[in-house]
Amino acid sequence: MSDIVIKVENLGKKYLIRHQQRERYTALRDVLANKFKSFGKRLVSLQPHSSDLQPSREEFWALKDVSFEVKQGDRIGIIGRNGAGKTTLLKLLSRITEPTTGRIFIKGRVASLLEVGTGFHPELTGRENIFLNGAILGMSKAEIKRKFDEIVDFAEIEKFLDTPVKRYSSGMYVRLAFAVAAHLEPEILLVDEVLAVGDAQFQKKCLGKMEDVSTKEGRTVIFVSHNMGAITQLCSRSLLLNKGNIAKEGDTKKVIDYYLNEASSENYNRYTADTNSEKDIFITKAQALNCEGKLTSFFTHKDQIAIAITCKINRWIPKTLLGFFVKDQRGRKVFTTNVELDTAEHKAGEMFITAKIPSNILVPGQYMFTFAISVPHFIYHSAVDLVEDALTVTVIDGGSKFSMYEGLDYGCVFVDCEWNINN
Amino acid sequence: MSDLSQKELIIEAGRTEAQYWRDLYRYRELFYFLSWRDILVRYKQTVIGIAWAVIRPFLTMVVFTIVFGKLAKLPSEGAPYPILVFSAVLPWQFFANALSETSNSLIGNANLISKIYFPRLIIPASSVITSFVDFLISGIILVALIIWYQFVPGWRVVTLPFFVAIAFAASIGCGLWLAALNVKYRDFRYIIPFIVQFGLFISPVGFSSSIVPAKWRLLYSLNPMVGVIDGFRWAIIGGETLIYWPGFVLSFSLVMLLLVTGIRYFRKTEKTFADVI
Repeated sequence: MSDIVIKVENLGKKYLIRHQQRERYTALRDVLANKFKSFGKRLVSLQPHSSDLQPSREEFWALKDVSFEVKQGDRIGIIGRNGAGKTTLLKLLSRITEPTTGRIFIKGRVASLLEVGTGFHPELTGRENIFLNGAILGMSKAEIKRKFDEIVDFAEIEKFLDTPVKRYSSGMYVRLAFAVAAHLEPEILLVDEVLAVGDAQFQKKCLGKMEDVSTKEGRTVIFVSHNMGAITQLCSRSLLLNKGNIAKEGDTKKVIDYYLNEASSENYNRYTADTNSEKDIFITKAQALNCEGKLTSFFTHKDQIAIAITCKINRWIPKTLLGFFVKDQRGRKVFTTNVELDTAEHKAGEMFITAKIPSNILVPGQYMFTFAISVPHFIYHSAVDLVEDALTVTVIDGGSKFSMYEGLDYGCVFVDCEWNINN
Repeated sequence: MSDLSQKELIIEAGRTEAQYWRDLYRYRELFYFLSWRDILVRYKQTVIGIAWAVIRPFLTMVVFTIVFGKLAKLPSEGAPYPILVFSAVLPWQFFANALSETSNSLIGNANLISKIYFPRLIIPASSVITSFVDFLISGIILVALIIWYQFVPGWRVVTLPFFVAIAFAASIGCGLWLAALNVKYRDFRYIIPFIVQFGLFISPVGFSSSIVPAKWRLLYSLNPMVGVIDGFRWAIIGGETLIYWPGFVLSFSLVMLLLVTGIRYFRKTEKTFADVI
């Protein structure tokens, strides 16, 4: 017996998408009206039914020609941009929808954690929901009965066992939902972004449990996430999906590196201005470089970010300041920094300046850079050139100890405090 | 389920067909739990709870007895008029409830359908079961009426389960059609209350179908509930009630046709439920 538990061959899933669709479902009226229209058209033109009668429909392959194998006990991460087909792949593996082409062989029981607490009914009590949710996730009644006490213990809700879950706090609700899911014993566990919900404690618990399930019990985990930190931490092997195809497969670190490079080469980020301006001093170019001097807009939190700026000087003004400030995606200013250009050797023509932002400072997220050149004006400086939001840089978690809190607001910067613990 | 866990499962286009009925059996516990949930939830946070299952048909029976029996003085076929009415209200209410419940069942469980795999047939089927429980409970009224009027049903009452089965088939057949259509065309949300309201008057609920002129009876039997209701009356009231056999056969075949095509249409469309819901 081979130890391959999932084998996917030339898998494809096609969707028909409608343009300008206002509602998700079809109204019978429209179908009838279209039928009638096409019938009328055929009568008038006496032409065979042609495809242009439904111009609003378009084929879309969410997944195409995907093949891979998963061995028992593997922890596979699936990464890719939004719309790359990650969720479609999970939906096919969990049989929620049927593939259009190709086939999947699966050996063993599959359970999918597409959303924790699926099928909870707010009117039912905790006890009743444990049974219901267990059944929905694929446990038999006997199995649930056997694990009932364990689940209740894990969720810490003994007191509220006979209270309808609609009266639960959100924390209790999530704990109960996770407790049921955690006691599921499938051979293959499919997980989709569960870490994006719930509090930090829960996320940590979830990640830990998944690791346990795989390492101690030899079960197979397929994990879809945007959280590179969590993927790095949990998965040994990864698949990178791009536009429905497998773009890269292999060792997680390599795949993630490839993903970041490819992502940044596609929409690399730089600012360039017209060099023929009449301004005395102005910024002509600004870009973000990695430690190898390559243009990129993706960095892990462990990378140094080099900001390279080119200025053009038409008329030198002493004590000119060049600076920039960084805003995070919530619009908070993270920091401002500047430098006096007087230190430069020649003060005419073009000037090249680099600023290095140390590693381990910016927490994962997106940052916008605003650049300014200011000259002395009475007692203050006033800007002679201002380039707002010129650069966007994305910092990705490269496996920090906060990786499980990704998506939560735990601050703007990493600060390595010196801790002292005394008894 | 564990016995199947080591078996290989193959997923490919069209493959679900072959595994469908086996899956339906595998997921029988989910079916049980979903029915159980629907029954539990049905009367939660109501003051008189399950009594609603008794009160509604009882009031319908009272009103129909007064209007058709006392005011219009329609013939009662030798049984007390309330019993005549109630033996029709019982299957009708079952059918009407099942229809409205099943047609909305898939949409009501959209979160399950888009997140978990199971044979979708379970959902409308468990809705019919819920209505069936109501049916059994309101059956108590019939027993009470029989005792109150000291009316002794004949031997034919033993055939009642057969007619219950037809009512079941009619409910599932129509329900599957409407549930599947409702996923794609939400127009049916508005059509169903209308069907239910309208059906109450075009089905022989408040009166005996013997008052329908003979030449129209075959046409009248195109309503699948006519056969069911006539059958219920024939079984319960007995005595002089005669069943109009050509009409009954027509009704019965229609029910079977609805059931078969309903399952087929449902099976055909259910693969896309998760994509369109």
